[in-house]
Parts: sequence; C-alpha cells; structure tokens
Amino acid sequence: MAGADGDDSLYPIAVLIDELRNEDVQLRLNSIKKLSTIALALGVERTRTELLPFLTDTIYDEDEVLLALAEQLGNFTMLVGGPEYVHCLLPPLESLATVEETVVRDKAVESLRKISQEHSPVDLEVHFEPLVKRLASGDWFTSRTSACGLFSVCYPRVSSTVKAEIRQHFRTLCSDDTPMVRRAAASKLGEFAKVLELDYVKSDIISLFTALASDEQDSVRLLAVEACVSIATLLPQEDLETLVMPTLRQAAEDKSWRVRYMVADKFSELQKAVGPEITKNDLVPAFQNLLKDCEAEVRAAAANKVKEFCENLPEDSREQIIMTHILPCVKELVSDTNQHVKSALASVIMGLSTILGKDNTIEHLLPLFLAQLKDECPEVRLNIISNLDCVNEVIGIRQLSQSLLPAIVELAEDAKWRVRLAIIEYMPLLAGQLGVEFFDEKLNTLCMAWLIDHVYAIREAATCNLMKLVEKFGAEWAQNTIVPKVLGMANDPNYLHRMTTLFCINALSEACGQDITTKQMLPVVLKMSNDQVANVRFNVAKSLQKIGPVLDSNALQTEVKPVLEKLATDTDMDVKYFAQEAISGTTGSSVLGFLTLSICWPACVQRVFRDKGLKLNNGGHMRMSAKHDLQRRGDFVQENVSAAGVLRQARMLQSLHAAPGFAVNDCLILCCCTVKVT
Amino acid sequence: STGVAGGNDFQWCFSQVKGAIDEDVAEADIISTVEFNYSGELLATGDKGGRVVIFQHEQESKNRPHLRGEYNVYSTFQSHEPEFDYLKSLEIEEKINKIRWLPQQNAAHFLLSTNDKTIKLWKISERDKRAEGYNLKDEDGRLRDPFRITSLRVPVLMPMDLMVEASPRRIFANAHTYHINSISVNSDHETYLSADDLRINLWHLEITDRSFIFEEPEDPSSRSFFSEIISSISDVKFSHSGRYMMTRDYLSVKVWDLNMENRPVETYQVHEYLRSKLCSLYENDCIFDKFECCWNGSDSAIMTGSYNNFFRMFDRNTRRDITLEASRESSKPRATLKPRKVSTGGKRKKDEISVDSLDFNKKILHTAWHPKDNVIAVAATNNLYIFQDKIN
Repeated sequence: MAGADGDDSLYPIAVLIDELRNEDVQLRLNSIKKLSTIALALGVERTRTELLPFLTDTIYDEDEVLLALAEQLGNFTMLVGGPEYVHCLLPPLESLATVEETVVRDKAVESLRKISQEHSPVDLEVHFEPLVKRLASGDWFTSRTSACGLFSVCYPRVSSTVKAEIRQHFRTLCSDDTPMVRRAAASKLGEFAKVLELDYVKSDIISLFTALASDEQDSVRLLAVEACVSIATLLPQEDLETLVMPTLRQAAEDKSWRVRYMVADKFSELQKAVGPEITKNDLVPAFQNLLKDCEAEVRAAAANKVKEFCENLPEDSREQIIMTHILPCVKELVSDTNQHVKSALASVIMGLSTILGKDNTIEHLLPLFLAQLKDECPEVRLNIISNLDCVNEVIGIRQLSQSLLPAIVELAEDAKWRVRLAIIEYMPLLAGQLGVEFFDEKLNTLCMAWLIDHVYAIREAATCNLMKLVEKFGAEWAQNTIVPKVLGMANDPNYLHRMTTLFCINALSEACGQDITTKQMLPVVLKMSNDQVANVRFNVAKSLQKIGPVLDSNALQTEVKPVLEKLATDTDMDVKYFAQEAISGTTGSSVLGFLTLSICWPACVQRVFRDKGLKLNNGGHMRMSAKHDLQRRGDFVQENVSAAGVLRQARMLQSLHAAPGFAVNDCLILCCCTVKVT
Repeated sequence: STGVAGGNDFQWCFSQVKGAIDEDVAEADIISTVEFNYSGELLATGDKGGRVVIFQHEQESKNRPHLRGEYNVYSTFQSHEPEFDYLKSLEIEEKINKIRWLPQQNAAHFLLSTNDKTIKLWKISERDKRAEGYNLKDEDGRLRDPFRITSLRVPVLMPMDLMVEASPRRIFANAHTYHINSISVNSDHETYLSADDLRINLWHLEITDRSFIFEEPEDPSSRSFFSEIISSISDVKFSHSGRYMMTRDYLSVKVWDLNMENRPVETYQVHEYLRSKLCSLYENDCIFDKFECCWNGSDSAIMTGSYNNFFRMFDRNTRRDITLEASRESSKPRATLKPRKVSTGGKRKKDEISVDSLDFNKKILHTAWHPKDNVIAVAATNNLYIFQDKIN
C-alpha cells in the first residue's frame, strides 16, 4: 500500500490521529467522531492493541469529547474484529463509566448494554460479568451507579451461579451508603425485576423495593414509586395485596410532597398495574387524599389525572364512584387557592362529560365549567375554552354560550398579549362549534379588532385566523363580512394598519379565490403601491408576488407587471429589491414563488426538507405547520453542507423572507442553522 | 472528653503557619474562608484575591511521626476574577466568600467556591500520564513532509511527574440579587443551597440555569438600634449528627436542638466584654463583622473567632471554655498555646489583657476543625495557622 515515497492516502488519517490531541476541543471532537475512519485505516489488530489502550486513558478530556467517544465505542464491534473480540471495548468503556459527568456515564452504560448483546455467553461470563462486578464494588459511587444499569442485560444469559452473584450485588447496591447509588438502583429496580424469575421477584425484589420505598432520602423513595408499576405488573393478582399494596399506601401518604407528587403523577399507570378491584378499594381513597393534599404541586398533579383515572375505573361502578367520591373533591378544586391546580383541573375536567353523560353533565359539571369560565386566572378560562369540543359532543355548546361570550371577550382584551394570542388560536375551533350566525353576531368584531392590536404577534395571528375562518365559512361569507373591513383599512392613517391589509390579502387570496382576489383585492394592492411609506410599498411588491398564482395571466401582464416595474425603479433600496424579486418570480413563468427552490437548494437540504415533511411546492411557500420542525435546529447541523451550498442557502433565505406565513424569526432560525453548518 | 480547655487530657500546640510574615498585608492575600474536606485529607482556603489554595495532609512516616497536623500546598488556582456589572454599575469583587467540598465521588475532588454573585464547581484532579508521538511532526516539533508519511502512529501514553489540575465544571450565575454569604451541600449529594441577605436558592449540581428561590418576609417587630445588628446571625452550622444547629451572632454562640425551636439549649458568650463598646465598634464598622463557627468531629466542642487574633473553644460536656491566640510569637514547632484572658474590671491581673488594648484590626472570622482529628485551621488576616493536640 505505502510506496517508498509515502502514501498520500494516509495523510488525512494522520491528521485525524494527531487531532485527537489538538488543543482545540472542536478539532478533537471532530476526530473522535471520525474514530471509525481511523480504526478502519489502522486495521482491527492495531485498533485493539494501540488505539483502544490510548483511548482508555483519555478520560481527562472535555465532557463533549468523552460523550462522543462513549457513543462511538458502542458501534465499534466490527472495527475490532467482530463479536469474537468485542470484549476489547470493555476497558475504555469501563473508565468512561466512572467519570463524574452523568451524561458521559449514561452514554458509556448505554454502549456497554449494546455490546453486551454481541458477547457470546462464554465471553459474557469471562469478560463482561467481571466488569459489572468491578464497577459494582468500585471505591467511588460513580462506578457503582453505572453498575446498576448493567445487571439486567447480563442476567438472562449467565449461569445460575453467576445469577446468584448478580442478585447479591444488586442487593448490596440497594443499601449503598451514598444516595446516588441507591437512586440508580431504585431507578433500575423495575427493569431488573422484569428479567428475574418470578420466585426471586417475590423473595428478593419485594424486600429491596420495600427498603428503598422507606429510604431516608425522599429522592430515593420517589423512584421506588416508578418501580412499583413494573413490579405490580409482574406479580399475580393474589400477591399484590400482601407484597405491593402496603408500600404503595405508605408512598401515597409519604411525609415528603415529592413522593406524593410522584404517586399522583404515576397514578394512571399504578391504577392499570394493580387492577380494578384494588383500585376500587384502595386507590379511590388514595386519589381523594391526593386531590385534597396540602401541597399545591401534588393537588395539581392529581387534578391532571382526574379524567384518566375516571376513564379507567371499572365500568360497573364507574359512575357511582365518580359521583360519590371524586366529584366532591373536584368541586373543591374549582375554587382552589392555587392557580396551577385550577388550570390543571380545567385542562381535563371537560373530559368528564363524555364519561358521565348528558344529564349528569348538565346537573353537576356545567356549574363547574361556568365557574371556571369566570375564574380570575386567564389560563383556567383558556383551558376550559380549548377543550370545548368534549362538551359539544355531549350537551351542545349552546348550553355554555351565554357564559362563554363574556369569558371570550374578556380574554380577547386581556392586558397580556400572550393570553390574547392563545384565545385567537381557539377562534376557528369556537367558530366551528358556535356556528356562523353566533359568530357574526358576537365574535366578528373581536376578530377585526385584533387586526389593529398594538402587538405585531397578535396582528399576525389575527391575519392567520381570518384565513382559517374563510376556509371554514367559505368565500361568499368572506366577501360579505370581512373583505370590506380588511380593504377599508388600506386608507387608515396608521401605516401599520395599512400593512395589515396587505398581510390579510396575502393570507386570504387563496381561500377567497380568483374572482374576489382580482376584482376586489388587486385594485387595493395596486393603489397602495403609491403609499408614501416605503415599508408599505415593498410589502405591496411582496403581496403581488404572493397573490400572483391566484390571478389570471392577463391581470398579471397588464396590471401587476407595470406596477412592479415602477416599484423596481423606486428610490428606496428595499422597495427596489423586493420588486425585482417579485418580477423574477412572477413574470418568468405563470407559476410564481419558489419553483426555483428545487434547483437552488443543495440536494442534502432538499432531503432534510423532504424528511421533515416540508414541501418545496409550486405554491412557493412552506406551510405554517412546518415551522416547529424548522425549529429543531439539530437536524440541520447533522447535514454536511458545502460552503457553496451554504451560500446558495443564504441567497434562498433572502427570498424566503418574502414568503408569507414565514416570519422573519423563522428565517433567522434557518440562518442560525446555516451558520452552524459552516 | 475533647479537653478543649487543656489540663487533663491534652493541650493545643502550634503546628504550622502559612502565608507571608510581612507587616504590610496585601488586601488580596487576606484569607476569607477556610474549609476541610470530608476526610480531613485536604484543607482549602479562599482569599480576597479570588484565589483558592488547597493544602494536602502530609503523610505520616516512621521517622516523622508528628506530622499529623502538617499540611502542604497541593494546588493553587484563580477561582474568581473581578467583574463589573454594567447594568447596575456595580463592581463585583473576586473575594471568595465560601468554599464547600462535595463528598468524594471518584478519584477527583470537587468543591464549590463563591464570590458575591457567582458560584463555581471545581474539579481538582491528578494526572500522571502524557500522550506522546505525532504523525505530522517530530519529537522536537519539526513538521514532517506530509507526502512522506509511510505509516500511521498512534500516540502512546508515557508516565510523567504528577500534575494537579483544577478545572471549572459548572458556573451557577445570575441568580442572586444580593451578595451570596453562604453555600451548603445537601445530604442527597445532588442539590445544594446558596443564601444571600434575603433569599435562599436551591440548586441542582448538574443544572446551572435554574434554581428555586425561597424568601421570607422580614419580621416587622421593632427593636433597639444595636440589638438588631448584634442579634443578626452571621453563621449557621448543622452538627455532624444532624440533631443540633449552631448559630453565631455578634456576641455569642447558641446551640439549638432541632426538636425544640423556641429557645437554644446552650448559649456561650464569646466576648461579652464588648457589650459596653458597641458604640465605638459601630463607628469603626467592626459590629458588622461576620464571625463564623464550627463543630469538632464528634460535635462535643465548638470553636469561633474573636478580636486580637483570639479564638474561643467551648466544651459542651464540661462547659469549660478557653481563649487562645494565633500569633507569630508562639509559632515555634510543637509550642503549646497558652490560654489568654481579657480583664473586664478595673484591676488587671498578670497575663491578662485589658479590653481597651485589644487590636480590632486583627480578627479571626474563619476557622475550621478537622472532621476526625484534633487539628484546627485558623485564618488570621493573611495567615493560616494550623494547630494540633499534644497529649500530656
């Protein structure tokens, strides 16, 4: 391979190896991430005899380097020569499993669990199990906590003698001196119980579970609650009462609120695990107590579970239990002193109506809904409104509408813009349920008022709301009710309101169709091209680009094109820019927007977009629903984009700027991604 | 019995003094906190210059059996730098207000150090191996011709001289409006508290951007001018057993039983003779000094500081107390510390010092007691004195 003059193919590998020790963390990290390339070049033998011993001692490095190393080693089996040699990976992972940084240890344990499956049964006993023992009896708690996560993967595949040793080690760790180890053991108790023979579950696990559940540290006791779910699932019904219930009852009344909170939080799982009989006799009173707990956190957690708990009650006695035991507590929670409790309840209480049926809902639940609709805390009211659909199915929304309206109006005018924003988002849903007449009569004014809100986010949401309303009620409704009002704002003295007209047109043109767009909207847009404020003028250019696809080609050529050409000679730089953008987008073909995207974006970016369900369609713009996906920046960083690709992206970002429904901050997010990639 | 007062079982004797002996003391060298780790193996001090100095216990050997109280420098690092809060136009001093060791979790040691605003978690670790061998350069650093690489070299680890490194692992910042006075690590080993004049924050050791705040409104009951100042608590310590709590106010130390919150079970006067001097102590700002206090390993004795480089010890069983002095004069190896007395009446006996001649610039605010042995560390301005017991 290597000739007398050297081999330039070795050069990149040589760089990678040297950079394992570069002063720059980023370069070290890059090298570690390409560890498989290095190993491949070294061959399996040198990887085993030279690379791994070196890596075993690099535990001085930064956390992120160690984390990457721990992850790489989990996929290294083939690079050290296959399953036969997989045990060579144990020493570096063992030292990584003892570092102080939890994320690194956890990743090392994850990799160890992975490669344990690649060990033959013999190797597992000769190499892997001794490692678990070493970790379990290590001097420092870090190694002992790591051991806790490894018992369950080797237990099923070892001889009965070794099994007995493993059980003994686990027992020891459950009573370790340091709370961290007991916490680790408690969190793995359920997992370990699952691989144990039932007899040992009864003899060993139960006593450990009982001990951990009465540990002096509440942070240990609360983990035992989680284990309770797994253990209860494993045991036959007749053993639950004696083996599990005493501990569970004790946890539900623990003196630490954190433990009680955990019980409340896991209540549905616990309920399923112990079955209907125990639920009836034991869990119902326990749940009542949690709903009446002295700590608000516990009450809130329990309130969150009200609906699920009631749903999972045995059918024969469900209604009776709810009416006599649960509902009285719920009634008290409606007037709780803590707003988090009330809003937790408000987010699920409507769900009870489907369980209890029409008559009970009207008689017992309706007064509660109405009370919550008048609650002083906006979040409570919002949670009720956002769940209206549940009640609608049972009793029809009309029952509520008289109280609903004042609540909505009040939220719509709330001083906090986030509250206003939240209620706007429910508006289409409400409109659908209340019907067009009610809407026109009571809510239309609100929706229009939001368009001139002093907060941009509200105006933006209001615009989007109109679009959804038109999709729901149809173009004719739009033409009669909202279009005239929107177009009227084009003459508003405030330029921000005039711009809102343009934003509304952007949003509505597609839903309103060609006729309304051409005849009513287009003239207004064109007229606004003479606005004295440059911001309005360049938004005219953007709007023309946006509504282009809805217009016929005649209007494009005779009306849109001249105006854009005039704007392209505007004195303002931005107006010129966006006019030119629009011209290149509109006049080149009858299809507007980002047809060019598929040509300009690097293939890898296109792939990302496709994977994320983003459409580079001929309509041109990415849909709002895709916004959240874009915000998961990590996805972009993974992609290898060339410098040229990044430049191209940057150029596209500029034009994305012009896409409606795609706010500036989204572009910024994309920009951030781009920068990260470089 | 711990025999703090000497006599029957043992006396305190000098072991070591750290720090320069110059009369001119640089402000930055003034020790601002002292703390033993859980085993007593390490002793950390922080100073006004933002430095942390860690001393390691010298191993005893057959030819040098008296080394029990000897500590030598193990690691020194700059923990905090002076900063400026531009929003509030406020200088943030680098002074270390408190050091707390974490229970040992692996071969490395961890401690929390704090100045007025920022708490840092430090890792102190040893390294004795170094990687050698590059592909692209020679041992002497000369670059090799990249086109003449005929084989790949994997670095090899070689032994080297022991190196102690301190590296910052976490920075907990921007959570306190007032100055941080105190930090304390929880027994669950995953959370800790930090306290300023008004609030207490609860942190998770792995989470730096979030903490929970506790705040208690001030008690509006009216009090006289000085009584409020001198009754304000400058330090609180739990006993090792967890049953008792000790508080230090300006003139006294009180021991509280956690099972009885209405009054202390023991009260010890530290320097009652100052009660008549409160006016002048107010004028020279001394009344705002924050004296700390500490328990011995078995909770049977307590120690706290006073003025004139005096420090006091109280035996809780025998109720005996003693005043000792940390001074250069008695800094001879194995020299026994003589008890000191302050005269309060008109007549001054021999060996007594009058209240009026106490030096209020020399004060012992910070002291620490070894968790297992009778070894104490006492910070006097820029000097750290270490004393140990001497069996009679």
